[in-house]
Amino acid sequence: MSRLRRTMLYVPGNHPGMIRDAHIYGADSIMFDLEDSVSLREKDAARMLVYHALRTLDYGNTELVVRVNGLNTPYGRVDFEAMVAARPNAIRLPKAETPDDIREADELITQLEELHGIEYGKIKLMAAVESALGVLNAYQIATASKRLIGIAIGAEDFVTDLKTTRSDDGIELLAARSQILFAARAAGIDALDTVFSDVNDEAGFMQEVKLIKQLGFDGKSIINPRQIEIVHRIFTPTEEEVRKSVRIIEAIKEAEEKGSGVVSLDGKMIDKPIVERARRVLQLNDAVKNSYFSTR
Amino acid sequence: MRIQQVGIAGTLESSDITIHIEPNEGKGIDIELKSTVENQFGRQIRSVIQETLLELGITDAYVRANDKGALDCTIRARMVTAVNRAALGSYSPWEVK
Repeated sequence: MSRLRRTMLYVPGNHPGMIRDAHIYGADSIMFDLEDSVSLREKDAARMLVYHALRTLDYGNTELVVRVNGLNTPYGRVDFEAMVAARPNAIRLPKAETPDDIREADELITQLEELHGIEYGKIKLMAAVESALGVLNAYQIATASKRLIGIAIGAEDFVTDLKTTRSDDGIELLAARSQILFAARAAGIDALDTVFSDVNDEAGFMQEVKLIKQLGFDGKSIINPRQIEIVHRIFTPTEEEVRKSVRIIEAIKEAEEKGSGVVSLDGKMIDKPIVERARRVLQLNDAVKNSYFSTR
Repeated sequence: MRIQQVGIAGTLESSDITIHIEPNEGKGIDIELKSTVENQFGRQIRSVIQETLLELGITDAYVRANDKGALDCTIRARMVTAVNRAALGSYSPWEVK
């Protein structure tokens, strides 16, 4: 079963208290940040802290991701060296613009896995696209490495690149979100949405989560534990959806056993996309039930 | 590695520890510890500081530590960062020896 990635909680990499407690709130993934939340003169301290935390602390089943600095910065290479050795589930590459950015990271991880005797391909990659060029190259980026498990949009840098700002309804992000989603689906990886910065605007946050779920996203980066429950609630299938999906799958099975070509349920024809959606609802429901911190 | 100048790492936030290291040429290791949990964990914190210095091959250093309830892995990380800054070194525990 594929892993749930509804919520990815940002944890500033130089903050021991937040690093220690990051998993207790029940986010699907934790992202330790060595990039934008760490000042230039504390890069060494954050890297050392996250390395020791990952080597020492037990985060249970939570997926562990580290956002490193880009390989075009003075910190990127040593971040990769330390983090591959620390063995998180995935490394998130910020500001990906071309497939070469991904290939370069992939090759470096391969070398480091070999050096540390880690099974090839064990450390996964995520790419964050944060510029117009990155969005235009989204599919090439999403297919540049077998390690890639997700592609994310980073909105703050992106809207700046577009010479605009973020609005309440997110109209300026619509084309980019769609493009990222198309790329992810075509590549068979997860599509992950950007952060919503105003933690006190709960209504605005809910509106945005509903929007990205409706677009088809797998989940969202979050900056505050308070946002976790809201996302999980919106992403959890309703009991009615689950009941209906179970009936669809049963109807299909029955028709297959009878050798019947056409299937209908409550007078409506059931075709392949409906079955596909029902399977996805049940998969999500199973994943929610099996997740360590169920919201039900 | 040899301590050549003052090196500081960490913050005064809860669950962190501030490490201040300075040269102590020929006088061995001196540790001055202030901790919010000194009664319960003072001995343990000192021992993590000692172990880290030993691992880094530091024989002379004056260490002032102000602890706010840091975990052992945090103490270790802050110690290594402070020593690297004080010794102008780049000790990397992830390097394959």
